[in-house]
Amino acid sequence: MIVAERKPMDEIRRMLAPYKRVLVLGCGSCVTVCLTGGEKQADELAAQLRLAARQEGRDLVADADCITRQCDREFVANLKAPLASYDAVLSIACGVGVGFMSEQFPAVPVLPGLNTTFYGAGTVPGTWAEYCHGCGDCVLEWTGGICPIARCSKSLINGTCGGTNKGKCEVKQEMDCGWLLIYKRLKELGRLDELRTLRSPRDYRKDRGAGVRRLTHPEMAVLEEEPKA
Amino acid sequence: MTPPVSKLQEALHSGRFVVTGEIGPPKGTNVGPVLHEAEQYLKGRVAAVNVTDIQTAVMRTGSLALSKLLLERGIEPVYQMVTRDRNRLALQSDLLSAYVFGIRNVLALTGDHVAMGDHPESKPVYDLDSVGLLQAMTTLESGADLGRDPKGNPNKLDGVPQFFKGCCVTPCTEEVEPQIIKLEKKAAAGAQFVQTQAVYDPPVFEKFMRMIEHIKIPVLVGIVVLKSAGMAKYMNKNVPGVQVPEAIIKELSAAPKENLKKVSAEIAGRLVRQMRPMCQGAHLMTLGWDDLVPEIIREAGLAP
Repeated sequence: MIVAERKPMDEIRRMLAPYKRVLVLGCGSCVTVCLTGGEKQADELAAQLRLAARQEGRDLVADADCITRQCDREFVANLKAPLASYDAVLSIACGVGVGFMSEQFPAVPVLPGLNTTFYGAGTVPGTWAEYCHGCGDCVLEWTGGICPIARCSKSLINGTCGGTNKGKCEVKQEMDCGWLLIYKRLKELGRLDELRTLRSPRDYRKDRGAGVRRLTHPEMAVLEEEPKA
Repeated sequence: MTPPVSKLQEALHSGRFVVTGEIGPPKGTNVGPVLHEAEQYLKGRVAAVNVTDIQTAVMRTGSLALSKLLLERGIEPVYQMVTRDRNRLALQSDLLSAYVFGIRNVLALTGDHVAMGDHPESKPVYDLDSVGLLQAMTTLESGADLGRDPKGNPNKLDGVPQFFKGCCVTPCTEEVEPQIIKLEKKAAAGAQFVQTQAVYDPPVFEKFMRMIEHIKIPVLVGIVVLKSAGMAKYMNKNVPGVQVPEAIIKELSAAPKENLKKVSAEIAGRLVRQMRPMCQGAHLMTLGWDDLVPEIIREAGLAP
């Protein structure tokens, strides 16, 4: 899932300062799971914004709404009120949701309430950690299921660097050395031969090097065209 | 075997014990003092002098420029290159530039993360890793580069470089097998010599050398000159894969302040002497105390 963190309140208030009617729009997917952008967080944030405005003696209408996914056109129909009735929308979806809503409602400024941080999983209650970098060329087959692109701070492909320190990374004492985890896992699996294999430089065309990425299923694209024909 | 491309390669092939030194470019354009130190204390005493490449990710004058300036002064450089700051286009281009300048020894390193340095907000590159950089050098030596022409054939170079290619290893880390596997890969990618991370424990190093006997490239044991007991303790706590034994720390704490440099040189010289039978050379990292090099070499029994 996509993990995102709430932007600092000061930054959100600065963004919304010019507007009198705002909608805080939550998203029912990833950011609901990581407790930063769901229905509950939208309600809370709208209430905080109203309270802050009242303390400043400012008029502010701050409503809250939430749709199942902000990255999908079909859920837009579930919005309680038309977005055009607001001066601005504060989307607390990931950057995909903010961007997609912005495209769907060009008449209204859609502003980001979160910083989208990584693709991760919940490791222990209350903590999400990065597991994938979306590099476009998955290497997990030969790394024992542990991603060196996401979990080595240098995204190295041929094993540990000299900065590995008692199982930790030179960057942070509390961060595991990704390559040491991979080494231990491959050793358990009896697959150290994978670590011994020389890996050639990566093809960054798959990882943003060739610009904006896109996935198209031709057969579905045809179906979408049909009603128009 | 092809003839050696550098004096360092020639020295290592001759079978005699080889000592290399190291300088760090300044933060700024004032290159005079470091060049003076190199001429004064390193020239004629060491086979080659490493020039660090934005070491510890602290921004400085470049290793290519200082390597060239050393060459002009009759000192053979080991041009250090890290993969942290440049992508494969820039790295290959700088390798060709180095060759054009007459630089032959190149040490391929990954490089400390930007988080360790004085520009932690900068973008870490690591397009290649240290193995990839060695592959890049080997490819350039074959007359091609890492790219392809529109038909998918390797690009051809107009003029082909030859390097003496080095790499690094950390012998005294607690998990040594992954280090050895990576060293095997570096050798397979073309590495021709090794300069190690700092070693202070000869028995541990001896064991390590036995474990890499199958990797047939010369090893220069790394010694970082210990300037004080505090520095030794700091390294034990903060520098990955470096372990200064308690006895050495005691020796440093017992030394009177006016005698500290002498004791420091004694320790470094003794370590070189002890590890001399185990490897092919020593790499002295003096961190500005370059004036100790002659004394360390004497202590090591390598000069009268």
